Amino acid sequence: MSDIPGSTKPAIAHGMRLQWEPAQEAHVLLYPEGMVRLNSSAGAILSRCDGVRTLTDIVTDLERTYSVAGLAGDVTAFVALALDKHWLELRE
Amino acid sequence: MSGATPVGHGLAAPNAAVGMSQAPRSASAPGPPLWLLLELTYRCPLHCVFCYNPTDFANTGPELGTEDWIRVLRQARALGAVQLGLSGGEPLARDDLEPIVAQAHALGYYINLITSGIGMTEARIRSLKAAGLDHIQLSFQDSTRELNDFLSSTRTFELKSKVAALIRQHDYPMVLNVVLHRLNIDHVGEILEMAEAMGAQYVELANTQYYGWAWLNREHLLPSRAQLERAEATTRRFRERVGNRMQIYFVVPDYFETRPKACMSGLGSVFLGIAPDGTALPCHAARMLPGLQLPNVRDSDIRAIWYDSPAFNRFRGEAWMKEPCRSCPERTRDFGGCRCQAYLLTGDADNADPVCDLSPHHHRVTEAVARAEQAAAAAADGVREQALVFRDHRISIAVVPGDPVRRR
Repeated sequence: MSDIPGSTKPAIAHGMRLQWEPAQEAHVLLYPEGMVRLNSSAGAILSRCDGVRTLTDIVTDLERTYSVAGLAGDVTAFVALALDKHWLELRE
Repeated sequence: MSGATPVGHGLAAPNAAVGMSQAPRSASAPGPPLWLLLELTYRCPLHCVFCYNPTDFANTGPELGTEDWIRVLRQARALGAVQLGLSGGEPLARDDLEPIVAQAHALGYYINLITSGIGMTEARIRSLKAAGLDHIQLSFQDSTRELNDFLSSTRTFELKSKVAALIRQHDYPMVLNVVLHRLNIDHVGEILEMAEAMGAQYVELANTQYYGWAWLNREHLLPSRAQLERAEATTRRFRERVGNRMQIYFVVPDYFETRPKACMSGLGSVFLGIAPDGTALPCHAARMLPGLQLPNVRDSDIRAIWYDSPAFNRFRGEAWMKEPCRSCPERTRDFGGCRCQAYLLTGDADNADPVCDLSPHHHRVTEAVARAEQAAAAAADGVREQALVFRDHRISIAVVPGDPVRRR
């Protein structure tokens, strides 16, 4: 899990779409005939995974936005899980 | 997922609810119709023996026009619909598919085209991509040309293979759907190899559900338990080999289960279907249910249909349930199963789905399975009591509207 280097650039996986749904007050991931409804933290992380920002950038941005420190472990763990579920892919 | 680690102030543990059944659900406050299925036409070049379309489809009213479909898209999206299926019949038979897709894309839907591939061309797949189509689900009837063409009563195997290549070339997620039954379930290994060779990312091995034309042909189509177990073992081995490179869904035939499927996550919960003539459906097969006054999008808007119509409220909540469902602790999980199956097999849509072995009618399911085993043995000996009925416009004309053609 924690062996994902901070320099990798996670992106929403090919064939997946992330969007904000007002009716559900949530970010959702859409894929063939399916939907994943994300809670606010998961939405905050995935909406920053644009294939341009590095994992380190994303952690820094989240820590600044939510005025907390020490998010790297949790964010990395969630990114690892999202990679495993093919919600995210890594761009070098 | 666990979500066990809190991430600190203002940022709860990242979490995700998977699936389409997460909307709050109660009779008083139903969630939005997250999954909208537009059956654009009943026209179809295939004649599949397992089609779930109503057997009296040829007696339904005229198809909605482009502007009607676009009105439906706009109204449903305003309520929160987000997954869109375009189906039929064969949706490519509509020459206004592209403008419908373009409008749906502009509204923010994720758009799934559910097709046999017949009518797909290089030019069309290109213009659908430009219009914003997200995904194409392509159906195959079998891994062999002979059986594919026999089961659909057409010569389409090569054409479908070409469409599979087009789907990949044009960078759509590749989803193959194969409906399984007695005549092709022994080919599951070959079907999976075909899917792998075609570069499929998702494969749906969907055992036949017995409604519509499939209901007519049930005794030819139900597999034996031995066939089913072999197919499941083959699928398991294949999964172990390919890992998560390919997602394989194996939908078991519920006749072999002892608990019912949570059909539609409960009627009126997440699914809204619109038939070619504008009839609004709380499930694909709901036209058969007696006494259900199904609303039509020509007369009502989607908000009134979804929230206020008696038909969509009929099976919300639990007040309609009978015993054994009414006092069953599992009712919140399976919602009593499938209303259409309850009606077809017991004559009363309020009964427990007889797939459940707590149902006093469960024997009707086990007897059907036993009869199918006998018929399979007889067919192997060259005896075939009754011919397969292919989905056909002329046969459909003769079906009395509203009559699901009940048998035993």
